[in-house]
Amino acid sequence: MDLKTIPISAWIGIISTTCFVLAAIFAPLIAPYGMAEVVGGVWEPMSATHWLGTDNLGRDLFSRMIYGAQTTLTIAALATLVSFTTGSLLGMTAAVVGGWTDQILSRFVDLLMSIPTLIFALVVLSVLPPGLLTLILVMGVLDATRVFRLSRAVAVDVNVMDFVEAAKLRGEGRWWIITREILPNALSTLVAELGLRFIFMVLFLSALSFLGLGIQPPQADWGGMVKENKDGIVFGIGAALIPAAAIALLAISVNLIADWILNRTTDLKGGRGGQ
Amino acid sequence: MNPALKLIAQRLALGALLLLAVSALIFAGTQILPGDVAQSILGQSATPESLANLREELGLNEPALTRYFDWLGGILVGDLGTALTSGADISEAVGKRLSATLFLASVAAVISIPLAILLGLVAVRYKDRWPDKLISASTLASISLPEFFIGYLLIVFFAVNLGWFPSLARINDGMSFFAKLEAVFLPALTLTLVVLAHMMRMTRAAILNVMQSAYIETAELKGLGSFKIIARHAFPNAIAPIINVVMLNMAYLVVGVVVVEVIFNYPGMGQYLVDHVSKRDVPVVQACGLIFAAIYIGLNLVADVVSILTNPRLRHPK
Amino acid sequence: MSDELKYLARMAAAGRLNRRAFMGRAGALGVSAGLAGTMLSSAVYAQGAVKGGTIRVGIQGGSSTDSLDPALATNATAAMLNKLWGECLVELNADGGLDLRVAEEYSSSPNAQTWTFRIRDGITFHNGQPLTAEDVLATMERHAGEDSQSGALGLLQGIDSMRAEGRDFIIELGSPNADLPYLMSDYHLTIQPNGGKDDPANPIGSGPYVLKEHEAGVRTVFEKNADFWDADLGNAETIELLVINDDTARVAALQSGQVHMANRVPPRVASLVGRAPNLTVHSEPSAGHYVFIMHANTAPFDNKDLRLALKYAINREEMVEKILFGNGSVGNDTPINAAYPLFEAMEQRTYDPEKAAFHFRESGHEGSILLRTSDNSFPGAPDASQLFQQSAAAAGITLDIRREPNDGYWSEVWNNQPFCTSYWGGRPTQDMMYSTAYLSTADWNDTRFFNEQFDQLLVAARGELNQDTRRQMYADMGTIVSEEGGLICPMFNNYIDATSDEVAGWGPSKGFDLMNYMAPMKMWVVG
Repeated sequence: MDLKTIPISAWIGIISTTCFVLAAIFAPLIAPYGMAEVVGGVWEPMSATHWLGTDNLGRDLFSRMIYGAQTTLTIAALATLVSFTTGSLLGMTAAVVGGWTDQILSRFVDLLMSIPTLIFALVVLSVLPPGLLTLILVMGVLDATRVFRLSRAVAVDVNVMDFVEAAKLRGEGRWWIITREILPNALSTLVAELGLRFIFMVLFLSALSFLGLGIQPPQADWGGMVKENKDGIVFGIGAALIPAAAIALLAISVNLIADWILNRTTDLKGGRGGQ
Repeated sequence: MNPALKLIAQRLALGALLLLAVSALIFAGTQILPGDVAQSILGQSATPESLANLREELGLNEPALTRYFDWLGGILVGDLGTALTSGADISEAVGKRLSATLFLASVAAVISIPLAILLGLVAVRYKDRWPDKLISASTLASISLPEFFIGYLLIVFFAVNLGWFPSLARINDGMSFFAKLEAVFLPALTLTLVVLAHMMRMTRAAILNVMQSAYIETAELKGLGSFKIIARHAFPNAIAPIINVVMLNMAYLVVGVVVVEVIFNYPGMGQYLVDHVSKRDVPVVQACGLIFAAIYIGLNLVADVVSILTNPRLRHPK
Repeated sequence: MSDELKYLARMAAAGRLNRRAFMGRAGALGVSAGLAGTMLSSAVYAQGAVKGGTIRVGIQGGSSTDSLDPALATNATAAMLNKLWGECLVELNADGGLDLRVAEEYSSSPNAQTWTFRIRDGITFHNGQPLTAEDVLATMERHAGEDSQSGALGLLQGIDSMRAEGRDFIIELGSPNADLPYLMSDYHLTIQPNGGKDDPANPIGSGPYVLKEHEAGVRTVFEKNADFWDADLGNAETIELLVINDDTARVAALQSGQVHMANRVPPRVASLVGRAPNLTVHSEPSAGHYVFIMHANTAPFDNKDLRLALKYAINREEMVEKILFGNGSVGNDTPINAAYPLFEAMEQRTYDPEKAAFHFRESGHEGSILLRTSDNSFPGAPDASQLFQQSAAAAGITLDIRREPNDGYWSEVWNNQPFCTSYWGGRPTQDMMYSTAYLSTADWNDTRFFNEQFDQLLVAARGELNQDTRRQMYADMGTIVSEEGGLICPMFNNYIDATSDEVAGWGPSKGFDLMNYMAPMKMWVVG
């Protein structure tokens, strides 16, 4: 791969995502104050001592943003990983194998999806022991249902294409068909979805903290920080804007990368004719 | 029998079965929720005596299976029971809330779906040029903001500062259609901003995927104008994944809008459900859960059927 | 106070000077905004109430699960509804005493064991039926009955027998209670025709307003009761209650003029709301308190040194400043403050990391202590827990915080787990507060406080008619709770309400927020 062929937009995405990731990894080294340390008055404006001002309890917002990156990125990335591996593999399997397997998997997913997320999350999270692992698994499984539907829909379309039928006639195994024929052709749709799903995870985390089910204080995720500082919005106090802007920036960066990968994969598919 | 018709019939039957399974699951789920209704109704002001009295009266001492079949039997004849907490008839109360929810969802859907598809088409037409990038970045930014944040920003701007629209989305029977539209404008706009990016991006990706196909090249060779190719040839063939995402988002507009309802104080199903979940008012939670499930399953059926009908290979089998 | 200021206030009240101009001039005369606001409202008050118009109220604390049965009222909206369409025998007034409502007088036997309430003549219910002593008796019977689900059941437990004789309603107590009339002001005990035994959730009462439209947890519309006996109460022709549970939405509705008054303004934004030229914030001291409760009979909290260590490890001033933003006062590890009659101040316990560390060592406890909290235990509870964690850390005490789901907190955590955050509203008298939660046999003894000496004092104080002796007894009880008890009470919150300048007539009150929930009927629309 030639670095020069990477477009500027992708570079922007890569660089800012890298910054976020680095900030998350080295949080204790970068952050000027502790995550939970009360260092000033409430909602102080930006200054030389507090670059982004202070939050609703008088904690340094910049430090909390950095620690927040750690929790936000870790949880969202892991949950996305869970949801995509299980969701897309099962979805494609359902489409290729068809018949009862498809019916059972699809209806089971329908079953999970048709229960309002709120009730589902409430029941599961109040019955299971609290902790990061539970949180990630619940988020991942709930989201996997969405990925399942999408990947199955795409795979069903691809599955009836001539080249897949040809592969079947050649006697290729199902696993081969899924990984070599369906996956490459479904990839662009899935990658487009991946970038969004990741952001949905960040937001879902904040929705859970809305219900008091998210991560434990004094830890904070960005969505939770928007919520902590939301009372100030109506009065033009910007503390809530900063984590919100960080989520938006992260969303755009991740999706710029996704777009770039999308373009590369569609290029790759151009060579399909030779098969 | 036409295989497409057969598939559709099969889906319908499965949908009904599924609904039954959901009813059992919802019932079981509400049973294992920690806490009990008597305690929740009386809250901090509960005394052991008043708790025991209330439990007895609410029939909480009967076995779960009996209660499940009683409930199911009631639903089949259209009786959702009465709320444990307020003693109100659930069908009547839910009917009002449901129509409010559907009204808001339809307004948001009518704005967002055509807009998303149009923006998607425009983005494909000007792929990698500035309109594409602008649409992409702005929809992404809107989707990545928590919905309560968007809601508050709209309130500050349009209700408090400009005073153009009310911050409380109140609708009641006496209002004209346009008065209702004005009342729900801000929540509908919030919802539009929340769901727009997802649908728009999927439209764009799906169409681009189809654009690689040989028949599009044929169309291009025939000399059709670019936008026409996209709209006439590529879009219909990309409809399966698009319709799936549209249905997902429509379901979200009905089922998942509790935060927006809270912020704009809109009397829809979401708030109603949350109130009753927190009071452990099981019959209402079950009824709402079932209605949501039915809507969800219904929308998915539509998505499935449309996918079947639009797939030429399924429509005209060899 | 200068005459010029008074003159200006009268001008403003009469509408010849707008509020912003008045506040500006008052500021120029060196008067604080709060004082000027108070002056203006009293000047407006002096102009006299205006009848008619519509008052819209944005209120926090209502739910679509609410019943109209007054016995089941648990939140602010339900309580306000009860007070609008119904009336109690007596009502708490601004001095902490009682106003006569349905009862026109009351008296007791010398030993405070038999109480007689004379029912006012000529009161009718909204359906035209006259209100009699029999109705009062039936009401109390329904609330005190064996199968009662009433929130007032606990209050009525000391009653031996009740009867109606002509216009008199008579209560016989098992043991003396000098505070009995206060119990009758409880908002559940609204008088209903035949006590509501026939149809408890039918909102027919004798109150100043008649319920016209009602959608639980959403909106209720009232119209003035033309036949109401007291011409002074009830000014607006129509009252519309809107339940707005989201804090920001409630404040925004007030700012954009969609409601005239709102309760529970978040302390964090109270000063910002007050800056708006057309709004006034009323921050009124209350007996409500935000607390951390330990089960005094459960390890490790069964150790007095550990309890004291935690009591010294909390920074009360910081809490009042950062959780209440000054809208409140520091607590002293008792549930009683100056809002109560017969209150006697005692030495204030302050944040002392050294003493805390000393008692912590003495307790012999090692390792961390788990504190459970949730957003709905009191506003800002997770934040307050984090402040506690920080201040305790300075004394070498490690607190682990676990945020529990809002949903189910009151049934699963509070009164179940040994250490958690909680909230207590006030009660009209010290006896009611202590009997509710600190007596060994109390239903809600949420600190698991079992102290024989305390119990004896409490029962003795009920029958003590000498106010000085009684005052001393309550002071002794306070000392016992503060030293021995499981209550860490860092702060008493103010009720923070806000009104727009389209309404006037705000005045002092005791009890609950929004002038003891009576602001909608006591205030009026400015002409």
